[in-house]
Amino acid sequence: MKQFYHFILKEFYHIFRDRKTLLILLGMPMAQIIIFGFALSNEVKNAHITIVNESNGAASVQLVQKIEASKYFELYNQSTRTADIEKMFKKGVIKVALVIPSDFDKTILAQNNSRLQIIADATDPNVATTLTAYLSIIIADFQKEINQLNTVPYTIDLETRMMYNPQLKGAYNFVPGVMAMVLLLVCTMMTSLTIVREKELGNMEILLASPVNPLIIILAKAVPYLILSIINIITILLLSYFVLDVPINGSLILLFAVSILFILVSLSLGLLISSVTDSQKSAMFISLIVMFLPTVMFSGFIFPIENMPLPLRTISNIIPAKWYFIIVKSVMIKGLGFKLIWKEVLILTGMMLFLFSMAIKKFKIRLS
Amino acid sequence: MTNKAIIVEKLSKTFNGFKAVDEISFEVGRGEIFGFLGANGAGKTTAMKMLCGLSMPSSGKATVAGFDIYQENESIKKNIGYMSQKFSLYEDLTIRENIRFYAGIYGIRPDIIKTKTVQLLTQLSLEKEADQLVGQLPLGWKQKLAFSVAIFHDPQIVFLDEPTGGVDPITRRDFWNMIYDATAKGITVFVTTHYMDEAEYCDRVSIMVDGQIDALDTPGNLKRLYQAESMDQVFLQIARKAKRTE
Repeated sequence: MKQFYHFILKEFYHIFRDRKTLLILLGMPMAQIIIFGFALSNEVKNAHITIVNESNGAASVQLVQKIEASKYFELYNQSTRTADIEKMFKKGVIKVALVIPSDFDKTILAQNNSRLQIIADATDPNVATTLTAYLSIIIADFQKEINQLNTVPYTIDLETRMMYNPQLKGAYNFVPGVMAMVLLLVCTMMTSLTIVREKELGNMEILLASPVNPLIIILAKAVPYLILSIINIITILLLSYFVLDVPINGSLILLFAVSILFILVSLSLGLLISSVTDSQKSAMFISLIVMFLPTVMFSGFIFPIENMPLPLRTISNIIPAKWYFIIVKSVMIKGLGFKLIWKEVLILTGMMLFLFSMAIKKFKIRLS
Repeated sequence: MTNKAIIVEKLSKTFNGFKAVDEISFEVGRGEIFGFLGANGAGKTTAMKMLCGLSMPSSGKATVAGFDIYQENESIKKNIGYMSQKFSLYEDLTIRENIRFYAGIYGIRPDIIKTKTVQLLTQLSLEKEADQLVGQLPLGWKQKLAFSVAIFHDPQIVFLDEPTGGVDPITRRDFWNMIYDATAKGITVFVTTHYMDEAEYCDRVSIMVDGQIDALDTPGNLKRLYQAESMDQVFLQIARKAKRTE
């Protein structure tokens, strides 16, 4: 136990003496939360729209005003002609155009089958889909208002409720994602780097020639990063709660417990990587390419897993971050208890045991 | 306990059919300075690693400090010190922190660490630098410090793997004085080196060629046997026979 203490003390010296790295490790979560929170967002606001109003009756003007009033759209050019639309798209000054045909006011009153045309710039398909959806909602809303005047034989009233995230905030999705990413980076990459550095510098031989149990050597490497990671979780949660208004609906203790479980998985992965490589370069390469990239792609944080073809969906199951991401969303946003996430917790526990025992096994083989 | 610090009988190490160490046998007496020479790739480091418990032998027998290298690996590790050819102290730790760390992992009591650290720093005249980072010290001092750290826990045997590589002649001379001091305390020194003038300082030397020990005697006897004026000439005559290159 004394040996363990000396080792941990030494690891902390290493970390605190390397100020730049420490700053990056502690600053990274803050930077990520702020970048994701304010700069990167898939919500669409104030998109430029142009409206070709060939009808100019009372109803069409009312519709235009309604669109103008919405925070999602900003009207570009009051009196556009159909011929101008393509030019505007080419210049990139508008994202979407609405064409109101000249018979709009007439048909809406008389025949009940008026037509509108929406044209969207689909070079960014997500934005195009989102904007047409917003526009459709506004138009449907407008239709309802008009219908109050007329008597229609039947109507279906749709009442949509966005559960857990009524304002459709992106932060609800990316905060759990950032947590997974930061923990993985700190734990896996830093742990593997620090062990491999001992090998590169030749210190590992000295340590292995000493009576210290090899298990102590690698466990002591992991402890400081466990502590750093806990600090990072606290930073992320504080920032997201106070700055981004993301609620913590579930149990905080449960959230911490599963985070520590995920940290242990990441640490084990780092230990495993360090056991199979001999240079810091390759440790870095493996951590980033083999592990970090799949995590970003397959955790479901940026690309929805449900949309992937079956082989990729199957691969996503072996990515620890996917399960952690599900758990954090369930606990933090939906406020679920342990009963509803035990399966994911079990999977992560299994992964941790597997990775850790592999790391120990590989480490011992290298001794002979 | 015998008066032999190391006994090696027909020790071999094979890597995928390649005999890195090929049935070597020798004995090292207590308090002796044993020079373990050989060209690059002759199998010195591999042999040394087996004796330190860093590598499992393929066959043969050996005892180090009276303990069997197969069965009593842990006891061996408690009784040896090891200094590798790569510099082995932590550059981002101070001298004091390095000493405390290495002493700590050998399980020395904190109060003993404290008194011995003061002694050591006085011996090396490093009292003023004690709280400086090791990375800021000149290489010669680092090597001397690394040696002191390797014998801090008073091991029976210390293994030195090319300890003076890249160090100037004056510092090498100082370093060897420290080795003599260590033997005076009863520590057995097992040292590999590339410098033939250092071979002259050893009580006995062995010269390895292609995984086998070709010559083993005192430097004086070897020079007589090979009718050479210096160990350098002895080494050249023997090492030229080598067939394998690195």
